[in-house]
Amino acid sequence: MNLKSKDLLGLKDISAEEIDYILETAKTMKYIITSNNKRTPHLQGKSIITLFYENSTRTRLSFELASKYMSASAANISASDSSVLKGETLIDTGRTIDRMGTDVIIIRHPMSGAPQLLAKHVKASVINAGDGMHEHPTQALLDMFTIKEKKGGIKGLKIAIIGDVYHSRVARSNIWGMQKLGAEVCVAGPATLLPPGIEKTGARVFSTVQEALIDADVVMGLRIQLERQKKGLFPTVREYSRFFGLDDKRLLFAKENALVIHPGPVNRGVELSSTVIDSDRSAIDEQVTNGVAVRMALLYLLTRRSGNENLN
Amino acid sequence: MRILIKNGHLVDAKTGRNGIFDILVRNGKIADIGNDFEDTNCDLVDASGLYVIPGLVDAHCHLRDPGFEYKEDIESGTRSAAKGGFTSIACMPNTNPAADSEALIKYIINKARSDGFVNVYPIGTITKGQKGEELAEIGELKFAGAVAISDDGKPVKSSSLMKKALQYASMFDITVISHCEDVDLADEGVMNEGYQSTIMGLKGIPAAAEETMVARDLILAEYTKVPVHIAHVSTAVSVELIRNAKKRGVKVTCETCPHYFSLTEEACADFNTLAKVNPPLRTDADVEAIKEGLKDDTIDIIATDHAPHHKDEKNVEFAIAANGMVGFETALPLAVTHLVRPGILSMDRLVQKMCVNPSEILSISKGVLDVGRTADITIIDLDEEAIIEIDKFSSKSKNSPFNGHRLFGTVNYTIVDGKIVVREKVLL
Repeated sequence: MNLKSKDLLGLKDISAEEIDYILETAKTMKYIITSNNKRTPHLQGKSIITLFYENSTRTRLSFELASKYMSASAANISASDSSVLKGETLIDTGRTIDRMGTDVIIIRHPMSGAPQLLAKHVKASVINAGDGMHEHPTQALLDMFTIKEKKGGIKGLKIAIIGDVYHSRVARSNIWGMQKLGAEVCVAGPATLLPPGIEKTGARVFSTVQEALIDADVVMGLRIQLERQKKGLFPTVREYSRFFGLDDKRLLFAKENALVIHPGPVNRGVELSSTVIDSDRSAIDEQVTNGVAVRMALLYLLTRRSGNENLN
Repeated sequence: MRILIKNGHLVDAKTGRNGIFDILVRNGKIADIGNDFEDTNCDLVDASGLYVIPGLVDAHCHLRDPGFEYKEDIESGTRSAAKGGFTSIACMPNTNPAADSEALIKYIINKARSDGFVNVYPIGTITKGQKGEELAEIGELKFAGAVAISDDGKPVKSSSLMKKALQYASMFDITVISHCEDVDLADEGVMNEGYQSTIMGLKGIPAAAEETMVARDLILAEYTKVPVHIAHVSTAVSVELIRNAKKRGVKVTCETCPHYFSLTEEACADFNTLAKVNPPLRTDADVEAIKEGLKDDTIDIIATDHAPHHKDEKNVEFAIAANGMVGFETALPLAVTHLVRPGILSMDRLVQKMCVNPSEILSISKGVLDVGRTADITIIDLDEEAIIEIDKFSSKSKNSPFNGHRLFGTVNYTIVDGKIVVREKVLL
């Protein structure tokens, strides 16, 4: 099987089979990360660029290590040191990178749709590492990988996503992906942070956390950007955590063995209580490892696709 | 120089003529309208099977001159207008510098006289530099030749200043055109707020951003008893607010644009910046309400909001792409396809909304095809289908979401001041 598109721009337009295939491939990759010799030849001779227009530590490092564990040539470009500051357009920057023999461009951008724009103008595969409020497909893939690993599957699970859904590209990618794999997705958050029409995606919307949590198998907290408070979206962090924070007491509404995940970085005591973060039910540390595995799988599948076109 | 237009179906809303007539044009004027004219010593236009209507009048366009000539200038803009069947157009003042002074209005009038292919009527600003802070010299603008005032592109945010603008403008009997947008509600929005903006992760502009401002301006017009003209109406609630105000006797007129009755927010899918426009494309329900508003005369005018932009301003991330689309060369086919052929507007009503009403609202003596009038005439084929090809546009800019659309209605002839500018669909 090969992925249909040269790019991974989001989970909205990808099939359940393709998602399964990426997650299955990631299992093998996880062996490599946990082994003593973290070096495979899967990406030997491939050139991979991360093009980040937004600050990021974990996603960027995760992609970089994934590339290096598989022997790719990898380089980074940041908006702060690129020609962006000199006024170069995204398309021109993309074309320049493309012409240097790049196989994969991994882009993070504050504006929704930037990876789509880039993908249309380059031969290289484009991976969306997060664009505005649109999608963050590799985060959703690692979330689903983690759930599959811990729960044995995704089909039939009830998954609650709690918090700032409005600004969350992680929530959007997960809503598409998890439902494709057969889960029931419930969302809850302050009314000012729920995007209009989100129920048309198939997700069920609740106005209280408790309702969304009832009998949930998986609970995902979303990061709340503290500066949203200044825009009048919620009154104080204190009030947010009182009504929407996930602590032991509130998690009693979920299933006893419910899994807790979070895309990180966590505001301790705001979205999740410290007790919950550090408890056995939390898979937050595991998610980080799985992120590298999923990204290795994706890089391998996309580059193999371009290299093997004649064979299939 | 004489032109004889033979056997066309003349539709003139003002005189009520609606049938097959011959029209004789002499010395730039309409000399005679009748039947079975014989004249060998003239330019013969066979209009059999075609509709002959007054030249189209656009109450809302952007010619980008001065300041943004890389997008459009008065020459290219008026060529594009003629190609689309428009013989008179009113251009908005958001140029650089903004048309907020007598000098700028005179520049536009003079340049249109030397370079223009159609009649150009400048619109001046309401406030100095369109900053929304102090009134522009409205009296001087009027006497320099401005046909209306508007801060189009931006609302007059202060209700107090808008009230004063209406009162002050009424002294000079000049139409005030309001761009209705509550900029706080619109916030950083880049498309209609709803399901599409949610799944694309784009900030939304709620319909309420337009509607609250429409409501405010209706209240101010009612209170001051001064007419107001609402630009580019795009939502169902705006239509309803205006319908109610008209019933109460408020002096309000309004316009919509072809894209608001032919496209929805779904045109923005896949981050299509060509469909980015302000106000944004809305929903199916809004499109239906706009059509209903046109049908029951709540909406007086179909205006183009012709807004040319360079391709580099559209070939960028959606959030930073320019707002607007070129409009002259698609307006008539869109109206024919979406309004006339489905029976929402008769040809007579279309002429009312694209010729008569805009002329009356701007107080210009256009929009009528009658003996003694200047010969501004458009001849169209309602039954011919054509594919919109942006590369063939006469505008300098090609930013249209309608590229490749198959539409009914072609502009076969445009006659301006008794001169044939478009002949057999070709701009001369």
